[in-house]
Amino acid sequence: MSVGRFIEVIKPGMLTLVQDLGRYGYQQFGVPVAGAMDQFAAAAANLLVGNDRSDAVLEMMMLGPELKIGFKGCVALTGADLGPKINGSPVAMWQTLEVQAGDVLSFGGLKSGLRGYLAVAGGIDTPLVMNSRSTYTKAALGGFEGRALKAGDQVPVGSAEAERPAAMLAIPAELVPVYSVSKTVRIVLGPQNDAFTNAGLQTFLDSVYTVTNECDRMGYRLEGPSIEHVKGGDIISDGIAFGAVQVPGHGKPIIMMADRQTTGGYTKIAGVISVDLPLLAQSKPGDQIRFKRVSLEEAHELLKAREDFYSEISEMAAAQPIDAVVSLSSMNAEIISTRLFRLNVAGAVYDVKVEEVRV
Amino acid sequence: MENELRLAPSGDLALVASFGNEISEALNTKVRGLMLALEKVKVDGIVEMTPTYCSLMIHYDPLRIGYEALCGKVRDTLGALDDIELPEPMVIEIPTLYGGDYGPDLDYVAKHNGLTVDEVIKIHTSGTYRIYMLGFTPGFPYLGGMDERIATPRLETPRTKIAGGSVGIAGAQTGIYPIDSPGGWQIIGRTPVALYDPLSDEPILLKAGESIRFVPIDQATFDRLSREGRSGTTEGRV
Repeated sequence: MSVGRFIEVIKPGMLTLVQDLGRYGYQQFGVPVAGAMDQFAAAAANLLVGNDRSDAVLEMMMLGPELKIGFKGCVALTGADLGPKINGSPVAMWQTLEVQAGDVLSFGGLKSGLRGYLAVAGGIDTPLVMNSRSTYTKAALGGFEGRALKAGDQVPVGSAEAERPAAMLAIPAELVPVYSVSKTVRIVLGPQNDAFTNAGLQTFLDSVYTVTNECDRMGYRLEGPSIEHVKGGDIISDGIAFGAVQVPGHGKPIIMMADRQTTGGYTKIAGVISVDLPLLAQSKPGDQIRFKRVSLEEAHELLKAREDFYSEISEMAAAQPIDAVVSLSSMNAEIISTRLFRLNVAGAVYDVKVEEVRV
Repeated sequence: MENELRLAPSGDLALVASFGNEISEALNTKVRGLMLALEKVKVDGIVEMTPTYCSLMIHYDPLRIGYEALCGKVRDTLGALDDIELPEPMVIEIPTLYGGDYGPDLDYVAKHNGLTVDEVIKIHTSGTYRIYMLGFTPGFPYLGGMDERIATPRLETPRTKIAGGSVGIAGAQTGIYPIDSPGGWQIIGRTPVALYDPLSDEPILLKAGESIRFVPIDQATFDRLSREGRSGTTEGRV
């Protein structure tokens, strides 16, 4: 770590954690995957600053932290709109931002969603523990000393290849997720859908469920009509995937999230498909959820489309460097050229605008 | 064997291969066999696997292998299981200091079952316990095979902190707490061996499908093994 390549925590916010895309390979030993709750926002933030999408970012819940940036470089903010500001002025989300040593990043207040992400060019560089930087607080594992950030912490940042990525990027507005308080998430049935009566399955698919106060990184308990089992909600413990919809004997669904235990003994009626998990990760108590059944093939097609989107963004970020001084933090910048990239995502065409500017 | 296999998706990134719905060594042996065989044939697209009592969760990358193709690989591998050489299950010895400060409930377990403390230790150390799966907390083994003569109900009021390494009994089960955690098990002893060491090359000592045996040790041995860390265990492996 070179001198100054750290982020100093002035105020920690409600729950600010170092997360990457998760700790894989240890579920057989009972080690939860953890990782970013909203994997799309975390990956997008990384790609916007020229990182690998699996680099570590900061996940900031509801009330953002106040952070002092110790170096010149690039950052990107994605996920929930926590009202981000740099040196007191509002800044845009879902695009590359240039920062200077001494800049203070703060947050005015939650506007939509629940979890915001901050990626820094070079990545958050806390030690790898079991091949991941993700924080699993229950076992004080990974991240920054296995815990949420506290005031005074100096969070190390890895060295970036350049002070800025080859291109200043923005996710096109049409592709920026909208975190409404009422949403439909798509599921594939299984693995224990046969443990439910037909009436129970209909209840699950036709009802509106409300996110309760018992929702955290481990799971979301929902309130709503009880889902009827054939004979009880207990099974011999089996594996739990991200997004598994568990239904214990009381009939109310619990969606298992990033910090889920690796195994559990309740029937799982369905699994939320990967591309819709970010919508859940951005849900908060009182939000309404409907479930819509899709085929596994459809889920995989959606996943492939998302993968194509990631590839396009990382290719752009790795494009030839622009010689001119680039700064998007200057509102009066003169645009000297604009490059458009056409993305084909899930059958729809989107244009990504890359602006080369002179300050 | 193949006709008992049931395959089902769990979300769009995992496949569950289940062999039945009961806790038995026979089913758990199938789970272990399938996992080891899949590891050996190296199926591209399998990210990792979570073995449990009677099923194997296979986490896969659908960009590298489709669901149906993966199901085919699982069936093929299972069909060829007799021809795939698998390592014999290991028995790992867990040196344990019984009673005293490390086993505050040992006297209660003896009293509850009308036994002497020495009899409880003898019964507990004479068993070989299959590790059906790991879960609950990192490295926590779900063990089978405890002698009913030392079965004891959980504490009425769980303790807020049980030290990592504590060996306990809950109902007809025995287990080891890998890390400090709250819990209601009757604590009868403690092992100096770290079951969980996140910074080690082998962060978790135990593996599903293998077995453990408890070996009684005295305070001096406990202290020596504590100092030596994991090196004391290696010689204990059979």
